[in-house]
Amino acid sequence: MALPTLSIAGLGKTYAGRGNPVEALCGVNLDVGHNEFVALVGTSGCGKSTLLSIAAGLEAQTDGRIEIDGQPIVAPGRDRGVVFQSYTLLPWLTALGNVEFALIAAGKSSADARTIAYEHLKLVGLTNFARAYPQQLSGGMKQRVAIARALSYRPQILLMDEPFGALDALTRHHMQELLTRIWERDRTTVLFITHDVEEAVYLADRVAVMSNRPGRVKEIIRIDLPRPRRYEMLGTLRFQELQKQVLDCIRAESIEAEGLAEVLG
Amino acid sequence: MNEQQTPRRRTAGLTTTEFVAISASVFIGLALLWWAVTAAQLVKPLFLPPPGAVLTRLYELAASGQLAADMGISIYRILAGFLISTAVALPIGVLIGRYQTFEAAIEPLVDFIRYMPVVAFLPLTIVWTGVSDGQKLLIVFIGTFFQQVLLIMDNVKSVPRDFINLGRTLEMPEHRILTRIVLPSALPAIWDSLRISLGWAWTWLVVAELVAATSGLGYRITTAQRFFATDTIFGYLLVLGLLGLATDQLMKFLGRRFFAYGEVR
Repeated sequence: MALPTLSIAGLGKTYAGRGNPVEALCGVNLDVGHNEFVALVGTSGCGKSTLLSIAAGLEAQTDGRIEIDGQPIVAPGRDRGVVFQSYTLLPWLTALGNVEFALIAAGKSSADARTIAYEHLKLVGLTNFARAYPQQLSGGMKQRVAIARALSYRPQILLMDEPFGALDALTRHHMQELLTRIWERDRTTVLFITHDVEEAVYLADRVAVMSNRPGRVKEIIRIDLPRPRRYEMLGTLRFQELQKQVLDCIRAESIEAEGLAEVLG
Repeated sequence: MNEQQTPRRRTAGLTTTEFVAISASVFIGLALLWWAVTAAQLVKPLFLPPPGAVLTRLYELAASGQLAADMGISIYRILAGFLISTAVALPIGVLIGRYQTFEAAIEPLVDFIRYMPVVAFLPLTIVWTGVSDGQKLLIVFIGTFFQQVLLIMDNVKSVPRDFINLGRTLEMPEHRILTRIVLPSALPAIWDSLRISLGWAWTWLVVAELVAATSGLGYRITTAQRFFATDTIFGYLLVLGLLGLATDQLMKFLGRRFFAYGEVR
């Protein structure tokens, strides 16, 4: 088998803290193959965002190894496109300007940046809003610009940290459909963090379930739903089965994390 | 939805016309009260001259050119002092807001000096620079600079972490993160800080002119006191208030023009 795009082995992260160190991650093993879409689900505080932050190179691990195309990750880089939960659009730039910003940083000429930025706004269906400023856009639109921006400089892998977490349920569904369409065209490798089980099953080739803190990958479930994925699949028996399987796996963790074992356990 | 924006001042559902009408009626109401109190001769005119007398006096001072001369010199002094202070405070504030080394070196020192009462510097500044314009500028500088540095430092620190992380994931060099992300992001808040510190600068200018000067609005107030010309004192106080209000409104207006970023107005 070919080298995985992202390879994580025995990864640990302990925050020093005052007096009592906090172990956020312990022994995380996960490979994300080339052109694969992996969703990582876990309860809040399980360390999934920490894991993404380490993969982005924004934080350093304290143990284990993490590699991209066989190279250890030691710093942030444009080989990884990051989509943050907070949309992180720069408010003084237009939608087009925000995408161009990344392309200019990637060394494109301003003419090329304009063309490529426009193409990517088209990809997310926002050409009519190219001249709009972030505060004139809805939450879903902002995140579409952020996705266009992260894809525009052609990273090896897209790292998405609960990108739809702040959106209402309806918009979230539209975004999932849009992301699926985009992904099925280019198949850019994706590591997608979420706490939404349905979202994970709908989007991913494989769903990795994380344990509570200190987080590790507890189980990996292959999603054998056919592609192209369509909204109608949500009602199918196979979808429900897979969703149930993931839910069963995460439920115990969630009950424990919320301190509900006494009542629901 | 603009969770990444600093909240813009809203007029609690009032239209601009309503807002201005309410503000203006408070001014008018107070003026009427002033007139009523003096007309009923509740207070000696020496302590509180009637509005008519103050306005007549102001008119005379304006007609003789005295008012314009006094305003001219005071406005020159405050602009010079404020601009010098801002020019020095801006780079220092940005540096200590962004880099901990600079913060450690400068912040405690600034905090220390900030707590020394500005008026206590008056004798020293007179020894250093006599009663020249330089002495007024020095007092405005001492009174404004140390506050500005700390305000600007805070503005820079409030730049969202994710904005900086975005720059890092795009492999932008540190100086470009500073100029392309940190500065434009902090600028609206810095502008507001400057607006607030300009108000303090007015206070320190008048203090300096009251103590040792041969011209300016503050100087005229001191001489008026010697002749018990309370109508002149009141007139100049009104002028100072109006100048302050005007500059503040101008700064607010310019701030909205510069940093609206497409806000629907």
